Amino acid sequence: MLKDKDRIFQNLYNDLGSNLSSSQKRGDWVNTKEIIDRGRDWIINEIKDSQLRGRGGAGFPTGLKWSFAPKEVGSRPHYLVINGDESEPGTCKDRDILRFEPHKLIEGCLIASYAVQAHVCYIYIRGEYFIDGQKLQKAIDEAYEKNLIGKNASGTGWDLDIYIHYGAGAYICGEETALLESIEGNKGQPRLKPPFPALIGLYGCPTIINNVETIAVVPTILRRGGKWFASLGREKNTGTKIFCISGNVNNPCNVEEEMNIPLKELIEVHAGGVIGGWDNLQAVIPGGSSMPLIPKDKCESLTMDFDSLVAEKSGLGTAGIVVINKDQDIIKCMARIARFYKHESCGQCTPCREGSGWMWRMLERMAKGEASKDEVDMLGDVTKQIEGHTICAFGEGSSWPVQGLLRHFSDEIKKRNKFDPIIKKDKNIPYLVDQHLLDKNA
Amino acid sequence: MSLKRPAKDQPEIFEFNSSSLEAAKSIISNYPQGKQQSAVMALLYIAQRQNDNWIPLAAMKYIAKFLDMPYIKVYEVATFYSMYNLSPVGDYFIQVCTTTPCMIRGAGKLVEACKEKISENECELTNGKNCSWMEVECLGACVNAPMMQINDDYFEDLDKEKTLKILDKILKGETPKPGSYRGRINNEPENNRKTLMEYKNA
Repeated sequence: MLKDKDRIFQNLYNDLGSNLSSSQKRGDWVNTKEIIDRGRDWIINEIKDSQLRGRGGAGFPTGLKWSFAPKEVGSRPHYLVINGDESEPGTCKDRDILRFEPHKLIEGCLIASYAVQAHVCYIYIRGEYFIDGQKLQKAIDEAYEKNLIGKNASGTGWDLDIYIHYGAGAYICGEETALLESIEGNKGQPRLKPPFPALIGLYGCPTIINNVETIAVVPTILRRGGKWFASLGREKNTGTKIFCISGNVNNPCNVEEEMNIPLKELIEVHAGGVIGGWDNLQAVIPGGSSMPLIPKDKCESLTMDFDSLVAEKSGLGTAGIVVINKDQDIIKCMARIARFYKHESCGQCTPCREGSGWMWRMLERMAKGEASKDEVDMLGDVTKQIEGHTICAFGEGSSWPVQGLLRHFSDEIKKRNKFDPIIKKDKNIPYLVDQHLLDKNA
Repeated sequence: MSLKRPAKDQPEIFEFNSSSLEAAKSIISNYPQGKQQSAVMALLYIAQRQNDNWIPLAAMKYIAKFLDMPYIKVYEVATFYSMYNLSPVGDYFIQVCTTTPCMIRGAGKLVEACKEKISENECELTNGKNCSWMEVECLGACVNAPMMQINDDYFEDLDKEKTLKILDKILKGETPKPGSYRGRINNEPENNRKTLMEYKNA
């Protein structure tokens, strides 16, 4: 288990209070000026050395992303945008940072803004987190009052303004270009890339977009050194991460742990074990709903980091672990996830708009045993038609969980769906196109 | 995409009151000059708060003028995002999360409770009731599942019995206490915490 002194979020459970004075006792804002005085090259290099990868799901190296910002500020100002639109089912880590460690985020905003030469930072928070956003706003006000941000922030000579922008219940706004559209006052529909936001982003200006957790760990990395962060976890999968363990476990919780921790340790030690015991485990969704599930036999030895999960044809995503035990109907669980994606598709690309509903309806029927055997392959085909044929990664996000189900549980689906429309003529299934063949009077 | 229809009975006019006006002006100043359209989402929220938790078409027209943008653009935003209520929802708007992490911990029972206490159908404001309910997608409190949101507050770690009690309070016009209903502190593992123990109860 990670030692307590190596935990970045000491106030994850709000034992100590989230206001400025208690945050300062934990080390926030202590020597911000010193850090910034070492210059942006040093900051970016230190983040590169730490091998920090974005915590929002895609795992893109943060130092590299920052280095994409233009070196000189031209006629267009630079912006820093923080993505707090946490909506991936199974994930609830950013909410705890917003409400219990807001000063880590605000200090991170200042350092990151300085590194990418932004004077304005927008924090995009999902609308449902209104109360948590108010807590962050209180912390921002505190920081302005003490001149930690604002004009000549923390005495560094750098000006920074931070504003909160609330979303309004659209999952797709967690996609970075949809998020920019949303800030600009439009429907949250993703933009084509390239151009990438680092060059043409918010209002057409260079924009760096990072997840809340990514930015909140930055000050601690710079204080303790990139080497310290890189010494945790393993090569290219370094540092600590907040894991959210939900579903059929005895004690669902958020916990900050080292990368590359065994999944079994997370579930057994921190979350109090699977309900009904380890043998009652059916499958685990390792990284939020868009990552393919992992069946029990692989969970024994699985370690939780970006690369080892990719090797299992899944992904770390947001590290929202959903544990599903044998009391649950796995097809129903996935049908519900498909319904989520059907609801949240922005409607811009046809394969996703139509396909997400298609997958949901097929899975609903499969859960009831009303599909024919052939449809199992057809469902796989539908997922392939969506994946890779959309503007943003929503297409992948909606089809991967279904592919995961088909990969590991197709026997279960086939066992339940033995229906063959040509032999069982009396069964009335309204979805079949060849319904006319069932007409007895024909 | 979610299907949203504006209410049949619409008020003729809508105007910001003085506190809304002040809030709106302060929000617009958060964005660069000429980019006041960015404030449309926040202004729709302000209108919703002022108008008993829903946004009439008149408010969209008013906001369009206010921000110097086409009405259709405001309408687009109001219909795209699911948190803007386009018809009355009552004083208390109950949103039950039923996405998979909540579903496998019994969110269906919460829906049952809402059907028993409030109305058989979603988004239905029945006579004499001050609240309505609907199923929503993930609200981002998965380790506190099952949960529901009432207006701005989260109610976590629920079961059917607890939900019925909360709904009873609401129907009487009382305000129930938000947070966990199993008495645990925030997102810590209940009775099983292994980390940061020196701070616990500090």
